[in-house]
Amino acid sequence: MRHARIAASVAALSTLALPLAACGGGGGSSSNDAFAAHLKDRGPITYVQGKVNDNATHEVIARWNAEHPDEKVTLKEQTAAADQQHDDLVRNFDAKNADYDVVSVDLVWTAEFAAKGYLQPLKGDLAIDTNGLLDSAVKGAQYNGTQYAAPMTSDGGMLYYRSDLVKTPPKTWDELFADCAIAKQAHIDCYAGQFNKYEGLTVNASEAINGAGGSIVGTDGKTPTVDSPEATKGLEVLAKAYQDGDIPKQAITYQEEEGRQSFESGKLLFLRNWPYVYSLASGEASSKVKGKFDVAPLPGFDGVGASTLGGHNAAISAYSDHKATAIDFLKYLESEEAQSLFLGKGSLAPIRTEVYKDPALVKKYPYLPTLLTSIENAVPRPITPFYQAVTKAVQDNAYAAIKGDKTSAQAVKDMAAAIKAASSGQ
Amino acid sequence: MTRKESGSTAPAPARRRLSRRRARGNSLDPHETRRALLLVAPALAVLALVIGYPVARAIWMSFQADQHVENGFFVQGGFAGLDNYKHWLLQRCGDVACPPGNTGSSFWEVVGITLFFTVVTVTIELVLGFWFATIMNGKFRGRSLVRAAVLIPWAIPTAVTAKLWYFIFSYDGIANTLFGAHVVWFGDKWAARSAIIVSDVWKTTPFMALLILAGLQLISEDVYEAAKVDGASAWQRFWAITVPLVKPAVVVALLFRTLDVLRMFDLPYIMTGGGAGDGNDTTTLSILVINESRNGFNSAAALSTLTFLLVFGVAFLFVKFLGANATGAEPKVKAKR
Amino acid sequence: MTTTSRWRSARTYLGVALIVVWGLAPFYWMVVTAFRDLQFTFDPTPWPTHVTLDNFRTVFDTSRNHFGRSLLNSVFIGGVVTAIGLVVGVFTAYAMARLRFPGKNAILAVILAASMFPGVALVTPLFQLFRNIGWYGSYQAMIIPDISFVLPLTIYTLTAFFREMPWELEEAARIDGATKRQAFTKIMLPLAAPGVVTTAILAFIAAWNEFLIASQLSNDKSQPVTVAIASFNGTQPHVEPYTAVMAAGTVVTIPLILMVLAFQRRIVDGLTAGGVKG
Repeated sequence: MRHARIAASVAALSTLALPLAACGGGGGSSSNDAFAAHLKDRGPITYVQGKVNDNATHEVIARWNAEHPDEKVTLKEQTAAADQQHDDLVRNFDAKNADYDVVSVDLVWTAEFAAKGYLQPLKGDLAIDTNGLLDSAVKGAQYNGTQYAAPMTSDGGMLYYRSDLVKTPPKTWDELFADCAIAKQAHIDCYAGQFNKYEGLTVNASEAINGAGGSIVGTDGKTPTVDSPEATKGLEVLAKAYQDGDIPKQAITYQEEEGRQSFESGKLLFLRNWPYVYSLASGEASSKVKGKFDVAPLPGFDGVGASTLGGHNAAISAYSDHKATAIDFLKYLESEEAQSLFLGKGSLAPIRTEVYKDPALVKKYPYLPTLLTSIENAVPRPITPFYQAVTKAVQDNAYAAIKGDKTSAQAVKDMAAAIKAASSGQ
Repeated sequence: MTRKESGSTAPAPARRRLSRRRARGNSLDPHETRRALLLVAPALAVLALVIGYPVARAIWMSFQADQHVENGFFVQGGFAGLDNYKHWLLQRCGDVACPPGNTGSSFWEVVGITLFFTVVTVTIELVLGFWFATIMNGKFRGRSLVRAAVLIPWAIPTAVTAKLWYFIFSYDGIANTLFGAHVVWFGDKWAARSAIIVSDVWKTTPFMALLILAGLQLISEDVYEAAKVDGASAWQRFWAITVPLVKPAVVVALLFRTLDVLRMFDLPYIMTGGGAGDGNDTTTLSILVINESRNGFNSAAALSTLTFLLVFGVAFLFVKFLGANATGAEPKVKAKR
Repeated sequence: MTTTSRWRSARTYLGVALIVVWGLAPFYWMVVTAFRDLQFTFDPTPWPTHVTLDNFRTVFDTSRNHFGRSLLNSVFIGGVVTAIGLVVGVFTAYAMARLRFPGKNAILAVILAASMFPGVALVTPLFQLFRNIGWYGSYQAMIIPDISFVLPLTIYTLTAFFREMPWELEEAARIDGATKRQAFTKIMLPLAAPGVVTTAILAFIAAWNEFLIASQLSNDKSQPVTVAIASFNGTQPHVEPYTAVMAAGTVVTIPLILMVLAFQRRIVDGLTAGGVKG
């Protein structure tokens, strides 16, 4: 009896060795087999996204469900942190999980997921109509010339400025930093964006680099192009401003919220941030800048700068069992109805040009024309399957350059070397 | 009175049994062995499933290359030999040294940071924990309430603790406000490290204190009284009685805290994301593992394996110098006597 | 009362005061923030201002998150982990402290080694393993890993305590006719109460704090508080609901404090019942 029990537990242990060979390696190949399956199948699906933080998503899904009682969409919410959402998607795709049918994919993960074979290519029966959609948003959902996702929401940076102190908003970096004299007189800080070492720094650094005519990665998604005089010039703007004090020293720890906080408490003249700040700064009881601020397109070198594109795409999992339903749901997410809801109830930037021109919505969100300018001039962050490594290369080196630990020229050289190492599988 | 001496005053029947065994040479009782293995089996089974399997898998994966892109799609990397280990230990990226901004370039720096956090936080926690435990062991009104209050920091989930301290140490936060300071806590290398150390010490000192307190409770007042009669000063009593008798509990607490800090993740990840200073000055090994797992699972598996080996090495030195006896291993001292 | 003893008690109370301040000052700030209006999140006034209960309403708003249910889940998971972890731990520790068998040191080393692998690297393999056997969203998918996380510590602390105990009492009970099991459970275990209760608290809190595994393997119905709190979200992108997180942090300490207070009695009982010590 006792021997039997020992033997049983030993047997249980030894079976653990078996899955070793099967599960090791992590990640699938291009998984083309799954691309051909379930293309015409319909039925209930699950839509996965990070924790809903708007008032629109639930309503969008409810309206779909009312019209499609046999093909209902169930919402699965992930946690609130983007990193965890990314890792959760990778794990579920790796497990070939058919429970995730439609997923919300951050713009910057699209290439990685496509290259890993997780996303169903939107071709043939599954093609989407991209007429009337913002060109930059459509491109942001492509990889290697194939549409892998449907743009769902967009986002672009804007320059918030104190309209009570600055009469005409600066169009160029030179004009902006010239206006820092006004900040000095008012005893407030001049300019801040997101300079903490996280994804926001990649956004801000690439805006500076792109605005100066530089770029980070070539169109093949792996050859670094960042080691250039233009990129150096762009990065140098931020580095010099930080060392001159035009960007306050604490801004090196700023993410979106810290900058908003500083601006709302009246301690900051210019702030680069996303559209969400607008309604908070004009509505929050604690805001000291109500009616004293406005928005302008981001500054550049000769005219409007290049915002980094944000937003989310909706994609179909290669392992979905109901792809015909999934593509209909994608199309619904892109419809004018859903897009107006996203903006009207959720303040999410739409991907349809005409929604930006809806007079009722412009009245509600006065920043819409500026945002449209920003997004139309926007440049996507590098579209590369090695995005996580590329963004680290940009962050580490841009951070060092801004803090003055290395020159901007050295920083872009190191960025290029790190991107090269990453794209060769290191 | 030291630990070894207390061994010699082992209860008479136990001593008889020990001597009986010695008389039979070092032979073991097969019934006792079987019973022991049965008692140990459930624990080993759970550990094999939850820890053993992932460890074995990681070791296997660490010898595979990460996927690379061919024709736009990722393909399996195949056998890599020691390449993943070279990436970390030698900081080589293919044929060149890993450039700044690549995870490989920060490996040794990160090892240093992790060890630094470990030594500093565990030392502070030991001193504070001992002090807390001594006070809580005294008799005073509201003792049980105080014991509960002390546990509060530890009862708050780490993610919330990290958010709380992030909030406290933000530039416009309460720490700067209270002290009228303008410290950029999460920008400067040492300020950021201090902030993390303060939060970790705050959170886990209760753990140390509670374990030490339980050890203190095993000591009878009579021992102290006897020593007092013999004229021992408070300081002498502390070193001659308290320390040796609570040593087993303390060593266990120290050991597990050390293992935990060596694998610390949430606090620095949430507070600084591993940043500050030169950009990686608060990155711990676990943070590096997470960052790397987003580049490739196999090189991350090699890093996990290296972390495991490092922690194993530290634990080994620990047990060697602080005494296997105190950590629960077979007491050789007793057996030899 | 002599001057020395008065001095000593004064010193004790000073120490107690310092400890309480140390433990409670940041907690105080958490509570202040928890009661503060979301729009004034970053107000650094050290005393309560803009007081509101809204954050607690947000926390328990079932249309936005599952905090109430997750609280029960955490209590349940923590309770089961503690109970099983303790039983398994007591078995092992008894064998380690009292029995002689070959390979004991090796087994102890293996058990300790289980606390040496980075926890962040366990998530993916366990996720795959448990998904494959259909455990996603089940309680055991969290309970079993949690048990394995608490076992090394449980075994080591219990072993250390068992070694210090007066085992001659067990022999005495056996001479009086008790079986070995009776002698252990009726005499020795109550004596070990301080150690066992301490270990129980350690195990419970470890399970209570676990996040990584739970975040991957729980669903809306089975998620523990750590995951529920990580899912808190503002009504805008980028806006973190700090005040609600702090409110939730305040709420989750309450069951812990109650549990510790309840266990305190056990510690004291164990001590007074013991009689023979040192």
